Amino acid sequence: MKALIALLLMLASAPVFAQSALPPAPYANRQIADPALERKAKALMETIRCLTCQSQSIADSNASMAGDMRSEIRERIMHGEQPEAIRTWLISRYGDWVSYEPTAAPILWPLWAAPLVLLGLGLLLLRGRIKKKARS
Amino acid sequence: MRKLLIWLPLVLFLGFIALFASGLFQPDDRIIHSRLVGQPLPAFSLPAAASDRPPLASAQLATGQPRLLNTFASWCVPCAAEAPQLEALQKAGAQIDGIAIRDARADVDAFLKRNGNPYARIGLDARSAVQIALGSSGVPETFIIDGKGRIAYQHIGDIRADDVPMILDRLRAAQ
Repeated sequence: MKALIALLLMLASAPVFAQSALPPAPYANRQIADPALERKAKALMETIRCLTCQSQSIADSNASMAGDMRSEIRERIMHGEQPEAIRTWLISRYGDWVSYEPTAAPILWPLWAAPLVLLGLGLLLLRGRIKKKARS
Repeated sequence: MRKLLIWLPLVLFLGFIALFASGLFQPDDRIIHSRLVGQPLPAFSLPAAASDRPPLASAQLATGQPRLLNTFASWCVPCAAEAPQLEALQKAGAQIDGIAIRDARADVDAFLKRNGNPYARIGLDARSAVQIALGSSGVPETFIIDGKGRIAYQHIGDIRADDVPMILDRLRAAQ
């Protein structure tokens, strides 16, 4: 029981690691001057998961690490890097987990197939209903 | 067919119960492990984080001997709790380099004065750039870097007293 409580406390404590008092990185909260580049950066930031808060994108998070990641992304975009290249670079560090955009990995095939399967089931159901109605 | 179908909702219901119960007893692993374990350390070159320690570059970690690379911060409470274990590792012969994340030199100096300084070199990563390049998501974390500069192991969170022998074993294994 004691071990369980300790475990629960540990789980709760992990995300509460303190934040630093250092000012944010240069492009954490500042937009890129070129609106087209800023749109590109923003679209990417909205699909990158915050590592310390876990249920927010880095665009929505106030965590200092999310700010550092925003700055990193904006600076890379300004240097001409493509958003998908930056996403690949992040995934090579943190795994698919860091991206909200589903990939075509085999484990996600059911996800992509689900709409078709459900549509097919709906059509079958509909056909059954229509047949029944036609008979009666 | 219809007779069997009538049991379907119950079966689904029991299935969901089983799913939720398994989730309760085996909570999700929320720790994000770096994908770089087994791969070369990304190249970096950081300025000195402390007044009395030289700066740190990735090339200095591939010395033919395995080393520990510890990320910490003066504002991080578990990092202070980890200090005695780092000292014990150093006493046992481990070479330790540090990266101070989102920190300032005066704060690092004060932190080291308070908690001891087991580091050979300390780099200052003021904007978490190296932390992100390492695939690390918090402090403290400790990486074992083998002699060729590859990441052999990532320890997430503070090193507890009973982790010390395991870290030393892995350090020897990374030879």
